[in-house]
Amino acid sequence: MKGKGWERWAAVLMVLPSIILIAIFVYGFISWTGYVSLTKWASTAPDYTFVGLANYQRILFGAGIETQRFYIDIRNFVGFTSLFLFSCIVLGFGLALLIDSRIRGESFFRSVFLLPFAISFIVTGVVWRWLLTPGTPELGSTGVNKLFEYIGLGFFKPRWFTDPTVFYIADNTALGGFLNQIGLSFVTNPNWGISVGTFSLVLAATWQLSGYVMALYLAGMRSIPHELREAARVDGANEYQIVRYIYIPLLTPITLSVVIILSSISLKLYDLSVSMTGVGPGFATDTLAFNMFETTFKATRFAQGAAIAVILLVLVSVLIIPYLRYSLRSETTQ
Amino acid sequence: MKQSKFLYALIALAMLLAIVPAASAAPNTAVACTDTHTVVAGDTLSLLADKAYGNVKAYWPIMAYTNYANLDDAKKYPNKITNPDVIDVGWVLCIPSQADATAFLAKFDPTKPNVGLLFGTPSSGQLQVGNWWTSGGEFAGINGVYDLYKKAYPGVELIHAGIAGGGGVNFQASNITKLQAGDPFDVFMLHAGKEVIQYDPEKYLTPVEDIVEAGEGSVMPDDLKKLLTYKGHMWTVPLNIHRGNVLWVNKKILADNGLTAPTTFDEFFTVADALKAKGIIPLAMGGANKFEGPQTFEVVLLGTVGPDGMLGLHDGTMKFSDPKVTEALNTYKKMLTYTNQDRDSLSWDQATKLVIEGKAAMNIMGDWADGEFVHAKKTAADYEGIPAPNNKGSFLLVSDGFGFPIKAPNPENARNWLKLITGKEAQEVFNINKGSICSRTDCDYSKFDDYLKSSAADFKVSRVIPIIVHGSAIDPAWKTAFTDIVIKFTADGDVAAAQAALVQAAKDAGVAQ
Repeated sequence: MKGKGWERWAAVLMVLPSIILIAIFVYGFISWTGYVSLTKWASTAPDYTFVGLANYQRILFGAGIETQRFYIDIRNFVGFTSLFLFSCIVLGFGLALLIDSRIRGESFFRSVFLLPFAISFIVTGVVWRWLLTPGTPELGSTGVNKLFEYIGLGFFKPRWFTDPTVFYIADNTALGGFLNQIGLSFVTNPNWGISVGTFSLVLAATWQLSGYVMALYLAGMRSIPHELREAARVDGANEYQIVRYIYIPLLTPITLSVVIILSSISLKLYDLSVSMTGVGPGFATDTLAFNMFETTFKATRFAQGAAIAVILLVLVSVLIIPYLRYSLRSETTQ
Repeated sequence: MKQSKFLYALIALAMLLAIVPAASAAPNTAVACTDTHTVVAGDTLSLLADKAYGNVKAYWPIMAYTNYANLDDAKKYPNKITNPDVIDVGWVLCIPSQADATAFLAKFDPTKPNVGLLFGTPSSGQLQVGNWWTSGGEFAGINGVYDLYKKAYPGVELIHAGIAGGGGVNFQASNITKLQAGDPFDVFMLHAGKEVIQYDPEKYLTPVEDIVEAGEGSVMPDDLKKLLTYKGHMWTVPLNIHRGNVLWVNKKILADNGLTAPTTFDEFFTVADALKAKGIIPLAMGGANKFEGPQTFEVVLLGTVGPDGMLGLHDGTMKFSDPKVTEALNTYKKMLTYTNQDRDSLSWDQATKLVIEGKAAMNIMGDWADGEFVHAKKTAADYEGIPAPNNKGSFLLVSDGFGFPIKAPNPENARNWLKLITGKEAQEVFNINKGSICSRTDCDYSKFDDYLKSSAADFKVSRVIPIIVHGSAIDPAWKTAFTDIVIKFTADGDVAAAQAALVQAAKDAGVAQ
């Protein structure tokens, strides 16, 4: 009994450094960022004059370019995340199914698909930048557009990340007119669209992360009891039905994890867009994280950069907290 | 059980040890003066030596130690003794201890004076030069200055702290955080003008007007001096002058098509139409560094509102709501239709390369592009750099220089660097390579290429307008807003929205609209 008490103290002692470090370097710094975002610090020397929510007001409701850029970033986040999630989940699930069918050389293919995940976003960005550099009509195509020419798809010349086009529901379309009539006129605006540049980013990000999603699904599939599949087969279910009624429902927790992990990655996206496209034409591939960096260190508006950081944190929390609650609850029920 | 207790205790101890900061004792390098003497009328070194050591011939150690002290702390000991027979009233001398003096005399032979012993070997330690010049002509330029420095101060370990990327913002991020942390570079690169505001010079930087005035004050253009001064002091030692509003022309393409280089917007569009009809890209433009579009717009704006209008836009005497600004936005928008489609995949130098390689006819860029032409072994027969359309008579100025942090770890080495770069030799080697003209007016331009000769001549007769997009004319926050507005406008072409945003940005910067 005496030994137990000592051990409990030892246990506390063992986790104490990590608690202290996390308290300071995670939560302490979060609070500090929150505090800075309420000041008017706007050059190298800190200026902690309290200005309330002025920085937030400027970002969210201002009339200047900062506000416009912020909403473009939000648009990019929504567009990027939905496309990225969709393609990663479809591709990752598909690959996992293929590998789960016990093909020959399974481990080889598994490694091949998973390998891009081991590469840094910076490298991915640089490589895809080269691949997707479109060239011009006058000087000829480059990158994958050149490849399209070789295989007879020369008519297909996307401008990739150099294309400033934003797809959105315009006022003069039937749908746009309808939305305007029912009072949703704010939707018929480029801020509710998706930029072409986003597709290029999604392509690179999917290439990198679909293998990871595959690995997650594969692990999930391997944990599905064999008997379930056997039983379904005995009952006359075909392969499609097995996937539809056994795999997909049983893999819901995996899908949830994938959604959470990938959307937090896309919210924090910085290195990929920096190394691949920069901010893109008219901020077509700009991200909140990049905006925060430039606001802080280029415009040297430290307080405003901190405000963007806090908004970013809130958005991530909106995604993460339900997930944490969900996983904690399922842990306790187990 | 006993063993695990011991293990826990050991681990806990190890953790405790890890958080106790390692105490480090900095070596004391200060020169030991037992006495400081301010020279009064009638003093001679011999008399002082007699008074201190009872030996009229023991003036050598006083001379040497005063020189050491001067190297160590030039504020307290502002003078060097180069001739022991010449000292002047008011000079501050360092009198070493009897032991130091004796030790010195034992080493020193007055019949064969050792210069190193008399003047000290001051320069040791490091010199960290923070900048974002890491490739091409820019690096060749700074490397030339490094060579000069190493020759003059062989004892100093010179560190090229070059941080590339982001059009300088990556370097700036590192530089700012180092300043805030009190561990700055010894000297760091910045643009002359309002860029210094972001560094809170009064708190973080040492004023450098003494170095600038002593080094190049008498041969420096007044416009530049004015630009360097903020809150009554200079904070930047300039190294060069760049021109931001240059039209780079591939002479062969124009000649082949029977065209001449345009000097006005109308001529530009005529030339551009002719080229476009032949399937040639009239105007090469980059976008990957973010400043290419904004700088081109600034040049168009200057060409539209004129030099007085531009200065007015900087200080609010002209409003951004002016119809002239609308006109400039429209001209820029039209110009974009003559550029290469893949703008945003090219950096500024890749765009220049299109002109060098004959794939595009023209490019509007600062004269750092000249280095690219020189690097590609192009001569005046192949290309020319002329004032951009409607920009004749205006010189859009960018000046690179170095700032001097108060907390520079090696202030003496830093001071020597700053003194060196005011010199003709350093400026010539730097600017020939970088493609800029000297900040001093007496450089020997016979060694420079044809473009730089014309730029130096132009500078003398043009109105000097500080540049916006590289931070000379307006403060960094406003500059960033200006840049971002043009980036958005380049993509969506919404003139009204861009102009409204320009007005708002000026208001936010505290300039009345």
